[in-house]
Amino acid sequence: MNNRTDSLSTMEKVRKGIAKRRSAERRFRFYGLTGIVLGLVFVLILFISIIGKGYGAFQQTQIALDIEFLESVIDPNQTRDSKVISRADYNSLIRKSLTKVFPEVKGRRQIRDLNRMISSGAMFQLRDRVLEDPSVIGRSERVWLLASDDYDMLMKGHIERSVPESERRLKDHQVAWVDKLLEQGLIKKRFNTFFFTAGDSRAPEMAGIRGALMGSMYTLFVTLVLSFPIGAATAVYLEEFAPTNKWTDLIEVNINNLAAVPSIVFGLLGLAMFINFFGLPRSAPLVGGLVLTLMTLPTIIIAGRAALKSVPPSIREAALGMGASKLQTVFHHVLPLALPGMLTGTIIGMAQALGETAPLLMIGMVAFIVDIPKGIFDSATVLPVQIYLWADSPERAFVERTSAAIMVLLAFLISMNAVAVFLRKRFERRW
Amino acid sequence: MNTVTQSKPESVSRMKTLINKSMSAKPVNFQGEMGATVGSIHADNPRITCRNVNVFYAENHAIQDINLDIGTNEVISLIGPSGCGKSTFLRCLNRMNDTVEGCRVSGEIKIDDVDVYSKHLDVVPLRAQVGMVFQKPNPFPKSIYDNIAYGPKIHGLASTKAELDQIVESSLRKAGLWDEVKDRLDQPGTGLSGGQQQRLCIARTLSVEPEVILMDEPCSALDPIATAKIEQLIDELRQRYTIAIVTHSMQQAARVSQRTAYFHLGKLIEVGKTSDVFTNPLHELTQDYITGRFG
Amino acid sequence: MQTPYLLFTLLILSVLAYFIGKRRSVTVVEGALRELHSLPAYYGYYTALWGLIPALFLMLVWLSFEPTWLAHQTVASLPEEIKSLPSSKLNLQLNNIKNVAAGLQVSQRVDPLIVEAAEHYNRLRKISNFALTLVVLTCSLTGIWLAHKKINKDYRARNVVEKIMTGLMILASTIAIFTTVGIVASVVFESLLFFRQVPFFDFLFGLEWSPQTALRADQVGSSGAFGAVPLFAGTLLISSIALIVAVPIGLMSAIYLSEFAGSKFRSTAKPTLEILAGIPTVVYGFFAALTVAPFIRETGELWGWVVSSESALAAGLVMGIMIIPFVSSLSDDVINAVPQSLRDAAYALGATQAETIKQIILPAALPGIVGSILLAASRAIGETMIVVMAAGLAANLTANPLEAVTTVTVQIVTLLVGDQEFDSPKTLSAFALGLMLFVVTLALNVIALHIVRKYREQYE
Repeated sequence: MNNRTDSLSTMEKVRKGIAKRRSAERRFRFYGLTGIVLGLVFVLILFISIIGKGYGAFQQTQIALDIEFLESVIDPNQTRDSKVISRADYNSLIRKSLTKVFPEVKGRRQIRDLNRMISSGAMFQLRDRVLEDPSVIGRSERVWLLASDDYDMLMKGHIERSVPESERRLKDHQVAWVDKLLEQGLIKKRFNTFFFTAGDSRAPEMAGIRGALMGSMYTLFVTLVLSFPIGAATAVYLEEFAPTNKWTDLIEVNINNLAAVPSIVFGLLGLAMFINFFGLPRSAPLVGGLVLTLMTLPTIIIAGRAALKSVPPSIREAALGMGASKLQTVFHHVLPLALPGMLTGTIIGMAQALGETAPLLMIGMVAFIVDIPKGIFDSATVLPVQIYLWADSPERAFVERTSAAIMVLLAFLISMNAVAVFLRKRFERRW
Repeated sequence: MNTVTQSKPESVSRMKTLINKSMSAKPVNFQGEMGATVGSIHADNPRITCRNVNVFYAENHAIQDINLDIGTNEVISLIGPSGCGKSTFLRCLNRMNDTVEGCRVSGEIKIDDVDVYSKHLDVVPLRAQVGMVFQKPNPFPKSIYDNIAYGPKIHGLASTKAELDQIVESSLRKAGLWDEVKDRLDQPGTGLSGGQQQRLCIARTLSVEPEVILMDEPCSALDPIATAKIEQLIDELRQRYTIAIVTHSMQQAARVSQRTAYFHLGKLIEVGKTSDVFTNPLHELTQDYITGRFG
Repeated sequence: MQTPYLLFTLLILSVLAYFIGKRRSVTVVEGALRELHSLPAYYGYYTALWGLIPALFLMLVWLSFEPTWLAHQTVASLPEEIKSLPSSKLNLQLNNIKNVAAGLQVSQRVDPLIVEAAEHYNRLRKISNFALTLVVLTCSLTGIWLAHKKINKDYRARNVVEKIMTGLMILASTIAIFTTVGIVASVVFESLLFFRQVPFFDFLFGLEWSPQTALRADQVGSSGAFGAVPLFAGTLLISSIALIVAVPIGLMSAIYLSEFAGSKFRSTAKPTLEILAGIPTVVYGFFAALTVAPFIRETGELWGWVVSSESALAAGLVMGIMIIPFVSSLSDDVINAVPQSLRDAAYALGATQAETIKQIILPAALPGIVGSILLAASRAIGETMIVVMAAGLAANLTANPLEAVTTVTVQIVTLLVGDQEFDSPKTLSAFALGLMLFVVTLALNVIALHIVRKYREQYE
């Protein structure tokens, strides 16, 4: 038992070092926690910064004016023809009404400033009002009109009154006008329907995401219609039918590598192949959808194969044992069981496609497009590209719009991912 | 249990006779108040004492009310059918169960009169004191030398390189591996054969001079020749260490251990001298198991 | 007929064909279905496929070549003095014609010649469209008729349908290969044109990048310099910053989540961290340009440093945030692949958790971790939107993270957004850069995947 004393001294040595080792342990643990907390803090900062910047855009400053819809201005010949009504000079009505509210404003420059208080898009508001109900002609009505972006910024506190006049975009007299309107309750922030119904515009207060949203929808539609069947067919073939040979290996290696090719390279492909070689129209959702299809295919195929793999072989054997052909086995038994997994993969792929920007810049979906696209051949832009375009605009009011558009985009992405998670949870089966 | 008795009434009677038989065996239970274990749970010179040990994995009551002493310089083998809780019990002794999420241990385990599950106890010195060898050989993906030197290094047992060399050599010698590997200490431990790997793992355990060695089916992944070597090694190690070994092989238990404990469905059924347990089991379940009726 | 309507008609036709085929099969055996080789539905599918696939294929081919043919015919009808224009000017004219033809008034006064050509163009298009409709519908109907005639009780419709389906699946799976071929072809072809004008080694090792070539010979300005080293350096600088941010944070998070955290914390923290991976890059770009870059500049000013408003640091930092979940989830997989038995061995020797991780798990997982860092690096190099929005345009050759640098992807975007002339080296250089990008990221991926696979095999 000579070892006994030895062993005791071993334990003593162990005990001696223990405090140091424990503090090293605590330190290491702390680093780990720091890492994860930093990551989470980044998520938080990102969301706070975007929501903080963007929530304001869901409200828009509007000014109430009593507009006299003078027949002499709108439709002097009483034709009530919509073409005539559309061309009328509504700005003059607005100018008249403004001088009534601010009779004290004199001098050309002052009056010009005053007129600029109302957005240049207000005339369209009036035009639409008259087109919708021509009986308003000849009457007087109180209408809420868009204020131009600087006034909007003032109302939202982005232009601060405490800043010296010389460094402020709105001068003291303009601020005084706002104060006067505020006193009378004629200027107000109201819910911003324009943001959701209008296309792009150079004037921030009139810019909306409808066009981009529709563009995204058409592009995603093309992507979905192409990538799901192709992806599913590829996954089924590779997982269920393909023999193991060089050719299949080549396909697999290709798919894995495509999954990691930078998205911008797909843009180059789209530009060189679809636009220059095949002569498809630039800026069209069709081309965008084609490019995004090629991009999302690897995701869908990989997810589809995983879903097929998780169906136990016993089910295949059971069906084959009943005398079903290989194809019948796959289509009647395996595919229905793998479908939720495939759909989950497809939704995740679609979410990727919805957020993708770079390749679409290459194929010209970056153009300034006011009209709302009506089909997959029309020129269009998509939501992420719209965000990129607005982020590049110098006007302060566009920062707010950009953040709001990001919020809309993230809302879509989060709900798509939520659906995917739900599908996975709902249909997850443990064999 | 309920559903079984409801659906199959005849099984109730069988169950009853089974219970009655175990009751009838009670007179030979020297420690009636300690639960249903038959045979003597005590050892002559106890180093480890366990009282009322229960282990739960989440909701699952894995082992129930175990009372057992393990003596100094003895080899005790823990036998029983798969899933009977013998490995779980073994892993309680050096608190390896801590690494399993949702595992809870109650009761009292003392090694040299120190409560293993005391809140103030640090597992690091405990595990240095109680070494463990696993079912599958698990050498680190490092050189043979580094495998052995790892324990002494982290515990600061050697202050010089010479001392470390000394520890590595003596550990490998004790494990009977020195002659086979002394010329290739810098080669990866994973390159050895299965039996050599397991002896390497034993040498690694010995390198920190433990007092108790736990072995969890150390030979189950080895061929007969390697097994024989390990068994011989265990017999030699008995001179210096207290050893608890979980095994599926009754012959092995008979060959290497002085005492044997039989576990069944999370309960310790019978403990006794190995010769007694194998030649003259007191409990029917033990008899059924060693005669090969189940297992 | 317009293409969508034609497509729709085709679909309706094939649905009809399904019922025709099915009915036909029932009638040929006079209702004794057992005598049929296949189920009636298969005869339906068979007929429908015959009605759909050849017609669809024809339509695809037609539509792919229609624009080229139209342009060619239109140009042919133009008077000699326009036809002899150089190809870039000719294209401009052609675009004009197309715009007028589409009813888009380009300018108030349009050359009557153009108007005439536009009318010609529209006539041709109408003819082509009419012919297409005729040919496609005939093809579809012929297919249906042929299939219908072939149906008899011994015809193995199921086998044929299954063969066609398998063929379609094989076709679908080759798209991956065609995509790769397409990528290679499109970048290589244009790159070759570029290297004909700018020597390959000048491009690869040149130290100056200013792709603005003079449009007219007498214009002031350089003739363009295409030395890509500043771009490579800028890409490297920003990617390095990103990795310096992402690797420690991602790795430590993965370690904490897989080794220390309780299951409750893990189940909330992990998905939250993965949100970062789902955020579109354009959002990161916005965040970098409008939040992080000003913050860094102001902080730098406090210390008296000159920080560019498009500093490499801002872009790199945000890119790092973006790839944190990438590094962490890959490392997580890798760490989890280390067998539990190694952990047990270390714990049983009395190693603390930190010692086990640092000395046993990380060394064992090292190849896998290196692989995932390489994958993250390839992601960083190919990332576009963050750098387009937050990094600069000027090609500075510097290692100072507070200065503005530009990257390969930024240049590709700048060169290709807006008007392109496919005969100027300026536009073509974008494809050469794309080729570089493709080759480098591909190589990184192949190496990384190889390392990771080897690592996995080691523990399987």
